[in-house]
Amino acid sequence: MDKICVDLLNLIQNEFPLESRPYLKISEKLGVSEIKVIELLKDLKRDGYIRRLGGIVNSKKIGYYSTLCAVKVPKEKIKEVSKIINSYDGVTHNYIREHSFNMWFTLTASSRESVKRILEEIKSNTGIEEIMELPSINLFKINVSFNLKEKSYV
Amino acid sequence: MFSYLDKAVIRKLQEDLPLVPKPYEVIACELGITEEELLDKIKELKDKGVIRRFGASLNHRNVGIKGNGMVVWIVPEKELKRVSKIMVSFSEVTHCYERPTYPNWPYNVFTMIHGEDRKTCEKIVERISKVSGIKTYSILYSTEELKKSSMKYFVEEHI
Repeated sequence: MDKICVDLLNLIQNEFPLESRPYLKISEKLGVSEIKVIELLKDLKRDGYIRRLGGIVNSKKIGYYSTLCAVKVPKEKIKEVSKIINSYDGVTHNYIREHSFNMWFTLTASSRESVKRILEEIKSNTGIEEIMELPSINLFKINVSFNLKEKSYV
Repeated sequence: MFSYLDKAVIRKLQEDLPLVPKPYEVIACELGITEEELLDKIKELKDKGVIRRFGASLNHRNVGIKGNGMVVWIVPEKELKRVSKIMVSFSEVTHCYERPTYPNWPYNVFTMIHGEDRKTCEKIVERISKVSGIKTYSILYSTEELKKSSMKYFVEEHI
C-alpha cells in the first residue's frame, strides 16, 4: 500500500466530512481527484482494509444494554460453542484469548432483560454453566482509530 | 425519546456510506428528506453523542496492527481516577473501562492496547505500569478472532 492510501485511511477515521461532496473535500486535502478517492476507497474495502464507512452508535445513549462476557470452553468444544454464541446478532465481538477464561464476547441488546434471556439461552444450548458478566461500570476511553505509518505495510 | 426519523437515520448510518459523489443525497432520497435535512440530523446525533464517531472502521489486523492485547489491572478504588487518567493518555490504549470483579476475577480495569506486534504492546504495558505504579496486571492476547461485526440498532421495529 502506498502513501496516498495511508494518508487517506488516517484522514477518514475521524471527522469524516459532513457536507454534500465529502469525497471531493477529502480529495482536495490529498491533492487527487474526487473519482480517484472513490476508486481508492472501493479498493481498500474490497481488500479488507476498511471494514465499514459509516456511523458508530453509542448503545447506551439509545437505551441499549451491553456487556462483556467471558467463558471457559474446553478446546475441543470451541467451534461448536462459538457457533451457537455467534449466531446472535447482538454478539458483535468474539475472541479466543490466552487465559483459563478463554472465550471473550460482547453482547448488546435492547434491554438488560434481553441480555439476560440470551445468556440463559446460550447456557442451555451450549451446556456451559458459568458465563462471567462484565458490564462496564465506568467508561474512561473509547477511540478506535489508528495513526497509520507507511512502514506498517512493508 | 427518538423520533421515527431519528431511528431511520440511525439505521442508515450503521450501513455503508455509498461510494458515489453525493452519498448523503442518496440516503436522503431513500428516507424521503432533503440532503440538508439529513446532514443536519447527522450533526445533531453526533453533537448529542448518539453517534460516537462517523468515519471508517479499519480491520486493524490488515493495516499492520498485529498486536491486540486486552490488559486487565487491579486498581484500588481510591486510585481509579488518577490511574485511569494516565492510562487513557496513551494513544495505543483504544479502550479503558472499569468493570465488576468476582471471587475468581480480581481485575477491575480493562484496557485494550493495539500495537504493531506483541513486543510493542508489552513495552507500552510496562510503561503504563511504571508511570501509574500499578504492578498487578495480566495481558490476554487474542489468538483467534471468531467474530467481529457491527451492531445493528433499531432493526427489530423496522421489520
